[in-house]
Amino acid sequence: MKFAKTFALLAGGLALALSHTTSATAKTDLLVYTAVEADELKKFKKAFEADYPDVNIKWVRDSTGIITSKLLAEKENPKADIVWGVAATSLLLLSKYNYFQGYAPKGVEKLEKKYYDTKNNPPLWVGQRAWIASVCYNTVEAGKHNLPLPTSWADLTKGVYKGHVIMPNPNSSGTGFLDVSSWIQMQGEENAWKYMDALHENIARYTHSGSKPCKLAAKGEIPIGVSFAYRGAKSKNAGAPLEVVAPSEGVGWDLEAFGIVRNTKNLKAARALADWSVTEKANRIYNEEYAVVAMPGIAKPVKNFPPGIEAKMIQNNFQWAANNRIRVLDEWRKRYDGKSEPKK
Amino acid sequence: MITPSIKAPPLGTAIKPKVSGEDWIMRVVLIGIALYLLITMVFPLYAILSKSFQTDKGVFIGLDNYIKFFSTPALFWSIQNSFFVTIITCLIVVPVAFTFAYALTRSCMPFKSLFKGIALIPILMPSLLPAIALVYLFGAQGLIKGALLGHDLYGPIGIIIGESIYVFPHVLTIMLIAMSTADARLYEAAQVLGAGKIKTFFTVTLPGVRYGLVSAFFVCFTLVITDFGVPKVLGGKFNMLATDIYKQVVGRLDFEMGAVVGMVLLIPAVFAFFADRIAQRRQVALLSSRAVPYEPKPTPAFDMAMLTFCIVIGAIILAVLGTACFASFAKFWPYNLSFSLNHYDFDLMDGGSWDSFFNTLELAAWTAVIGTAAVFSGAYLVEKTKGFETGRGIMQFLCMIPMAVPGLVLGLAYIFFFNNPGNPFGILYHTMPILVICTITHFYTVAHLTAVTALKQMDPEFEAVSSSLKVPFYRTFFRVTVPVCLPAILDISMYLFVNAMTTVSAVVFLYSPDTALASVAMLNMDDAGDTAPAAAMGMLIVGTAAGVRLVHTILSRGLLRRTQAWRYR
Repeated sequence: MKFAKTFALLAGGLALALSHTTSATAKTDLLVYTAVEADELKKFKKAFEADYPDVNIKWVRDSTGIITSKLLAEKENPKADIVWGVAATSLLLLSKYNYFQGYAPKGVEKLEKKYYDTKNNPPLWVGQRAWIASVCYNTVEAGKHNLPLPTSWADLTKGVYKGHVIMPNPNSSGTGFLDVSSWIQMQGEENAWKYMDALHENIARYTHSGSKPCKLAAKGEIPIGVSFAYRGAKSKNAGAPLEVVAPSEGVGWDLEAFGIVRNTKNLKAARALADWSVTEKANRIYNEEYAVVAMPGIAKPVKNFPPGIEAKMIQNNFQWAANNRIRVLDEWRKRYDGKSEPKK
Repeated sequence: MITPSIKAPPLGTAIKPKVSGEDWIMRVVLIGIALYLLITMVFPLYAILSKSFQTDKGVFIGLDNYIKFFSTPALFWSIQNSFFVTIITCLIVVPVAFTFAYALTRSCMPFKSLFKGIALIPILMPSLLPAIALVYLFGAQGLIKGALLGHDLYGPIGIIIGESIYVFPHVLTIMLIAMSTADARLYEAAQVLGAGKIKTFFTVTLPGVRYGLVSAFFVCFTLVITDFGVPKVLGGKFNMLATDIYKQVVGRLDFEMGAVVGMVLLIPAVFAFFADRIAQRRQVALLSSRAVPYEPKPTPAFDMAMLTFCIVIGAIILAVLGTACFASFAKFWPYNLSFSLNHYDFDLMDGGSWDSFFNTLELAAWTAVIGTAAVFSGAYLVEKTKGFETGRGIMQFLCMIPMAVPGLVLGLAYIFFFNNPGNPFGILYHTMPILVICTITHFYTVAHLTAVTALKQMDPEFEAVSSSLKVPFYRTFFRVTVPVCLPAILDISMYLFVNAMTTVSAVVFLYSPDTALASVAMLNMDDAGDTAPAAAMGMLIVGTAAGVRLVHTILSRGLLRRTQAWRYR
């Protein structure tokens, strides 16, 4: 027995020593699950690894819906070291399964309070930047059908737009849910459903993904796509004949956020990324594509973002959204998915 | 042990064939392959089945999830939609593929190999690609958007067109194998007895391919009802079971309801299995050891009609491919159609990267090599093992299940099963081997059916003769069975290779950063609305698969000439 104990101690010590030498010589692979757009990931990896040369980021990138279900499916035995750049609503949902360990990154207190988890100390999740609902309007195609530029959500229910609007299905798209959730939070349930009943009459079809309506509008497949501002600005910068509109009543939004996974074996590297992600440098990079970032006072306007969009962001209650998600989606499906196609 | 007993059985006792040593070898190998299917398919399916009876916290709640499914119109109407689309598609595709195969095997029209090549092109496409091409043809900015006469592409019409193109070569492959071996003596007999062309068709040709027709119909049925690519792109407001699973799992994060929809989708598999068994019982070996291969004689009018038919079908397929190709090179459809390679810069696209393309090549190569060996040996043992009815029946059933399992369900099932902390196979999770295993299992059935169809056309007398000459079964297998079935074996390896390149749904939950795949990248790019880069990735997949196929054809031609010479007089 004594021998076994000594042996175990020795082996443990050896393993520890070995792991130290390897981490000193080789880089730590950090497995990061993310929903950030692919063209930005290289930039983030390069900037972070310049500051932390002994960490090597390995991205697992997918759309918000897919990455969240992947994370949920792995909840018994998480693979990710850190979830980074994924919707805060998704992180809240995941945290119900004790997915994350709390950590207060160095300098987190400099961020806007509403953009990180202040209910838990240390916070389970920290926001990076906001992704905000907007409407993409194709001037060329709208011209062909004589459609005026909509400036409010209410405009979209007008008869003139019938069959010319596409929005994401909230049952498969985070952006779609963000829209529905914001309408309910702004108008109250009853009025919001009345609004959606009217809107449904004008919708040509619902898409699986949140960026697709805007890209379809950019290509002229449909004149008007309900999507989010970043996507609209991006397509417009690429030369699409688009106007990006932030409806006057207010717009829903969600955060790209991060949280360190409870069972990570690379805690040091995960915390390094967390620390780096709240720095001013990181926030300036967030700002290259997104107009609203977690650190106050540094954001510059982004080309072709709807002007003044930050002022139109609603008071978003993430907890309400996460708690009522399934109920709202069930109601939505009952109203609009079931009667989606007339019976033959 | 191997020497069979030569003692005559005592009079008065029933003759019970002795189980010889080599029978035992066959049974052990058969059980080995059955175990493989158990671990890679049945256990994961059990994991997802039990999910369908649980809450998200893992509490058993009996049929509650199913009751919820059948009391939600948005969900159960999808059953009707799926069946409607699937049956219409099969009613279109099976006759068309039959006629096409008939033209290629029973007429003397020119350019047969060219038309065969064109007809098989869609097999090289992920099902997303014909759907994307249809958007560029009939969508709001399509080249011939008036052709649907104002009907909406996004709905049943678009799905049926897309599925027809996607499934056509799969059905054609089965029809071609069923028709490629015909006994000329039957046709001579029919002629001598004074039967006309039409009578010969109904009394000789059709009965001969009856098994092929039945199996083609079920392959079509299950491929369409479980396909996810076409309705994903063209579904619009038209809900189908396969896209519902996606919506449940990816959109609502409702794994339990996803599992329920998956289970509902499994019912056609059981149906297909029984239909297949009934058809099989009536099957007679076509190619007896005394058969004389049939060779068609020229009939100008008939050959011309067949040629016209093939030209029309070929033109449709080329139009779809050409449109996707054109769109992938157009700078900004429809506003700027100048030439550009931007859409091939996958490293800048959401979900795309060039690494994914090379991973796909690796996956396809492993799947083809390991899969072909496993599938053909499995089919051989199911067909040729003596006695052991129960084992063979179970194996036959196991082989039929994968086709009815939608990829998303299989992929999810793999997560539940292989990512369970207590599972010793867990080390496979997030590796290339699990992608290979999953892909082989996912495409097992069609490969198996192809092998069985080819094996059924071999007279059992081959084995009887070898066995009476005391030749061990494995020598007969390598010296007779494999060479005779070589066309089918090569088709199986190509089928597995190509499907590994094009599959999306099963692997979407299983890839890791080191094993991202091209087809998944294509799905993600289309999902994000990057339709043109998705088309570009699709073209790359088609181009590569076509290239590999060409090399494969050239390499195998010499081999086939040596092993198939007996077919020609």
